[in-house]
Amino acid sequence: MSYLLAKVDQIIDGYGAEKEALVQILLDIQHEFRWLSRETLLHTAARLGLPMNHLYNVTTFYKHFSLVPQGRHAVSVCVGTACHVRGAMRLLDRVSQGLRLSPDETSADEKFSLKTVSCLGCCALGPVMVVDGKYMSNPTSNEIAVIVEECE
Amino acid sequence: MTRLTSISALEALRKEIISRRDPARLKVSVCSGTGCRAYDCDKVIDRLKSGISHHGLSEKVEVVTTGCHGFCELGPVMAIYPEGTSYFKIKPEDVEDIINDTLSQGKLVERLLYVDPEGQVQAKERDIPFYKYQNRVVFGNNHYIDPEHIEDYLALDGYCALAACLGGMTPEEVLETVKKANLRGRGGGGFPAGRKWETTRNAPGDVKYVIVNADEGDPGAYMDRSILEGNPHSVLEGMLIGAYAIGAHKGFIYIRQEYPLAVENLNRAIGQMRALGLLGENILGSGFDFEIAVHRGAGAFVSGESSALMSSIEGKVGEPRPKYIRTSISGVHGCPSDLNNVETWANVPIIFNKGVDWFTSIGTEGSKGTKIFSLVGKVNNTGLVEVPMGMTLHDIIFKIGGGIRDGKKFKAVQTGGPSGGVIPEDMLDLPVDFDALTLVGSMMGSGGMIVMDEDTCMVDVARYFLEFLADESCGKCVPCREGITQMLHILKMLCAGKGKPEDIDVLQEVAAMVKECSLCALGQSAPNPVLSSLKYFRAEYEAHVNDKCCPAHVCKELISYHIDPAKCKGCGKCLRNCPVNAISGSKKEPHVIDLDKCTKCDTCFMVCPPKFSAVTKLSGSETLPAV
Amino acid sequence: MSQVNVTINGEHIKAVEGMTILEAAREAGIFIPTLCHHGHLDAYGSCRLCVVEIGEGERKRVVASCLYHISEGLVVETETDKINNYRRIILNLLMHRWDNIPVILLEKYGAKNHSRFVDNMTYCILCGLCVRYCRDVKGANVLGFVGRGTIRQVVIFPNQAAKYCPTCCPKEMECLHYCPTGVISSQYYGSRPADGQKLPHAHPVCINDDVNILEILERVGHV
Repeated sequence: MSYLLAKVDQIIDGYGAEKEALVQILLDIQHEFRWLSRETLLHTAARLGLPMNHLYNVTTFYKHFSLVPQGRHAVSVCVGTACHVRGAMRLLDRVSQGLRLSPDETSADEKFSLKTVSCLGCCALGPVMVVDGKYMSNPTSNEIAVIVEECE
Repeated sequence: MTRLTSISALEALRKEIISRRDPARLKVSVCSGTGCRAYDCDKVIDRLKSGISHHGLSEKVEVVTTGCHGFCELGPVMAIYPEGTSYFKIKPEDVEDIINDTLSQGKLVERLLYVDPEGQVQAKERDIPFYKYQNRVVFGNNHYIDPEHIEDYLALDGYCALAACLGGMTPEEVLETVKKANLRGRGGGGFPAGRKWETTRNAPGDVKYVIVNADEGDPGAYMDRSILEGNPHSVLEGMLIGAYAIGAHKGFIYIRQEYPLAVENLNRAIGQMRALGLLGENILGSGFDFEIAVHRGAGAFVSGESSALMSSIEGKVGEPRPKYIRTSISGVHGCPSDLNNVETWANVPIIFNKGVDWFTSIGTEGSKGTKIFSLVGKVNNTGLVEVPMGMTLHDIIFKIGGGIRDGKKFKAVQTGGPSGGVIPEDMLDLPVDFDALTLVGSMMGSGGMIVMDEDTCMVDVARYFLEFLADESCGKCVPCREGITQMLHILKMLCAGKGKPEDIDVLQEVAAMVKECSLCALGQSAPNPVLSSLKYFRAEYEAHVNDKCCPAHVCKELISYHIDPAKCKGCGKCLRNCPVNAISGSKKEPHVIDLDKCTKCDTCFMVCPPKFSAVTKLSGSETLPAV
Repeated sequence: MSQVNVTINGEHIKAVEGMTILEAAREAGIFIPTLCHHGHLDAYGSCRLCVVEIGEGERKRVVASCLYHISEGLVVETETDKINNYRRIILNLLMHRWDNIPVILLEKYGAKNHSRFVDNMTYCILCGLCVRYCRDVKGANVLGFVGRGTIRQVVIFPNQAAKYCPTCCPKEMECLHYCPTGVISSQYYGSRPADGQKLPHAHPVCINDDVNILEILERVGHV
């Protein structure tokens, strides 16, 4: 068995292979691999004795799950209400332009993934962009370009 | 830690913890909530800790890394007790001065002190207007507690209320106390918690559950997270008391995975409880058994709805189910399940520690106690504020919040998140309680309070909320799914200048249907942002429809960017920063924007020095002032 | 089961306790429109066409009759102006997903095509009857929901279909008969999955095990 599935098994066993723990198990798998591949989903379904329609229902319902690989650098723009009234849409436009990505897209070289999030709880900084956990308050187009350059 | 087997053992432990503490020792409390972490407070804490041991001050000074203090605007935040000296916007390089001056010699570091709007320096936390007008009953202990140490909580009467309940009160008496306190749910509708507990207690069935709703999904509200991050034991203690009153032996905490620090602190706290015998079998020798399971939510706003949350706990899709039979009668696995939100649970121990009379002396006739709001948006002092119910919106926004940023004019305040509504200026004297807010077409919700100024477009705000809801609706019932889709479509048309005169009526008609016919609370409250903004700001809708004008200059399709030649000094800043090279002009000559190239990214407006303010947005029939 | 007295549209009716309003009304020959209800399946409450008003005076409120259980003394009205207006709006909304709503319903409630609404003509109104039948009655899990909110849709899982569809009723595909809109096409009669032919599918797209689901979600609205 591959390393990947052994890791998935380890996660599933951690929850006693309980059907009810499905969401918790998927969260851990997502955390481990940054996405949920078809292979891991099939394996999880078989281990828990759940049909695939249920797994796809769950994984496409909750926003945190990703069915495609995510970029090495996670870029999020907060579109919570506080950031929105302070101009989050303009910031999102600038970031989109700078990364040449639409929200929820990953670049072809898997370098960046752009996401929007609803409130990061640092409304005082708003509008906020977060790159790999680093917070930036309302960067201009030039500042965004610098960040894009700096990322490997 | 040894397992405590009796209430007297808990009291002995508390005494021992307190006796080990030196009251003369300075306590430096540094906020390490998510907001301050974004400002790099970690570096400040590291420098502080190493500096203190380097200067040999460890005996004299203790550093406490705490949860959120609330004053997020000026983070990183620090308070030094017992004096209560407060420093703000601390950079790592400021630490050396804090150690040399304040901690070693008791002198103030002037540049880090708070200056109030009148120019007065306020050194003490209690004199700063932001804190002065608050009543921090639930939230106040955050300053003194390191969430990693249960000892800090125990030293502040932690688990006293639980001991009192288990040791000397019957479950019925506990229930009566909460009913008498008239504690209403802090998560939204304000349903009396005591009555919910009673329904669950009296519902048929041997297995019952208590649940903490920590799926705080309102964009712009983060008080529940701050409680869980900063003082997790207060919520857990409340939960245990509730479980005892209800007769539940298992509890769930449903928390968003987007709050990793809160999950971490919560899990650690549960481990500490287990080690001390505050969880498990025969808690404190009382014969009461209780266990807690933590469920992380995977990102669905609708999962905050009680029936949807319970489906999620069962590992299913978090879809609401019809609630003509309440979840307090048939919830998780069909068993009676009591669900209250974080802030509600955190209020419970306080009621027992301070007494019902004390609790009911705070607040209004129908709403007792305090409420935490996240005061955000275009306000000067962004942060979390806890006020007695009944304080007016005006006092919260202007006295505590310090008024509107950049000297702009107040326009509206939005409360209750996507389920709430906007409240205009002439209603600022409204006392904030559950019933008053509902009466004006908004709601308390979980306590988000988003302040909007003259630069906020109300049509755009309505569109924003519906966009959020279109994404977050589960899609099960037609009114919510299709109704929101079509209302959003119409609002988008309005914002794009493609509105028709009949659109406002169509919006109203659909909204009324969605409100009454939707399956769950999300759908039933989804039209509120539209209905309330239509009620108070109809003229703005009409300007969008009739004049194709966005008076607040927000809706991109309705505005254009211009440079006022009378004001432009040709500094070239906008020209250099424009990402699409739409600006031209020679040095020291007024610049011009090529409207065909302009993508309206707002960069020129942002970078134009305030002393010139030459970049202007125009909408509808507006023109530049004549030279 | 004890009998209870209820009043529907002013008519006094005896009904069995525990029935829903819809069941009691139908038993008494009173028409309430539905699109997501089927006697063989648990009530679901998604189309909301069956809303009625209960109670009197101040306490009047709107409930879904397929879900609300009757009790002694309940007063129900099924055709008030308010209710009929709501039904008209619901039908107006649904017309932009499915333009073949029975004319009799449209005429009864005065619903007509709304020029300010955007079309999303998927012909599937997401009543979930096919999914619920396939999953809950047959335990076959060939059909399922993906996505949430406005991009929610019904998809088919071909591996499951190959396994289970041939064992379904030999004469016809049963899910087809539960579908109120007829979107599960009858062209698949006789060319069932076992024959290696196309699969029955809920419009607009079917899920292929080799195609990533996200691609399918992205295609919604473009088909």
